[in-house]
Amino acid sequence: MTETTRPTGPAGATDRPDTPAATVASPLAGTSPGEDPLVIGGHTFTSRLIMGTGGATSHSALRAALTASGTELTTVAMRRLDPGVQGTVLSVLSELGVAVLPNTAGCYTAGEAVLTARLAREALGTDLVKLEVIADERTLLPDPVATLDAAEELVDDGFTVLPYCGDDPVVAVRLAELGCAAVMPLGSPIGSGLGIRNPHNFRLITERVGVPVILDAGAGTASDVALAMELGCAGVMLASAVTRAQRPAVMAAAMRDAVRAGRLAALAGRIPRRHFAEASSPQDGMAHLDPERPAFTS
Amino acid sequence: MNDPFATEPPTFAAQARTTGAAPVRLSVNGAVREVAAGTTLAAVVAELTGGNAPVGSADGRRAAGIAAALNEAVVPRGAWDRTPVRDGDRVEVLTAVQGG
Repeated sequence: MTETTRPTGPAGATDRPDTPAATVASPLAGTSPGEDPLVIGGHTFTSRLIMGTGGATSHSALRAALTASGTELTTVAMRRLDPGVQGTVLSVLSELGVAVLPNTAGCYTAGEAVLTARLAREALGTDLVKLEVIADERTLLPDPVATLDAAEELVDDGFTVLPYCGDDPVVAVRLAELGCAAVMPLGSPIGSGLGIRNPHNFRLITERVGVPVILDAGAGTASDVALAMELGCAGVMLASAVTRAQRPAVMAAAMRDAVRAGRLAALAGRIPRRHFAEASSPQDGMAHLDPERPAFTS
Repeated sequence: MNDPFATEPPTFAAQARTTGAAPVRLSVNGAVREVAAGTTLAAVVAELTGGNAPVGSADGRRAAGIAAALNEAVVPRGAWDRTPVRDGDRVEVLTAVQGG
């Protein structure tokens, strides 16, 4: 494009001569999912959305939702084998090429969680584990002391540990210092759909923890997910918001786009918040008009 | 924790009745089983799954999709057929289900 044909930019736009395109980095360089992957321990994912499988009404509904979400990592729980059950969630994940993330849901002690993680590693052949040690069945809030104990044991045993934790920045930092590959603070109680109740704590966590921070629990809709990413989360984990939505696959697509939008916004660097307006149109160059005689009164 | 041995009446598996040795009583996923002395963990798991064990892990690595714990310790799959069960043992056989 030459100087003579270049369209006039908006007021304030930089008016440099164009340089040949080949020598200029794309304005979006480094922001595509392939260039900006989620790395957890030794595992790399281009999708930053971790899905759960709980609550899906059928394997076909689950398959549709997982496909629409674009997820590459999805949780399962470990339970007693029921030989009467035909077809398993594992076959769905295998068919979709989605990596499996076993959790320790339902464990109330560090010992139960550690044994469940070891059984999951044996059954599924993965070192990934989403560590959950629950303190209370009504709130399903995590027990921070037992979680720290179990995390230390599992890290020492070679696991890639992703612990579910509260939104307490101190606990999150301690878990990362123990060697957890990521931390997964809750936005609000599991299944509540209340979103991120304390965004300030999330900001403190993402600023202080040197490992990926993944929102776990509480997302109800797409804006919750976008907010998490804007606050600096590296990813989002959710299940109920999709599987219990009226149209799970449609919500899964919304979550996929919200993760992407929030991530791009975080990379872009948002404008600072201000108390008062800042004009976006030029302040000078206004016509001199008689404010007492607008044209339409003539 | 429930003690399955305290509530379940004794039931003798066929192989236990046909051998002279005292049968072994154990808990398998919370239910009492009686098996012949010398029965291995591999046989206990095979009886439970009835040949319907889920196969394959989602990440494509070699794993059977099930795992067994004997008295709160994982027994690797390769050791099942050389691990005899003993009276009073607690066996848990787990697999992946929808969750999280």
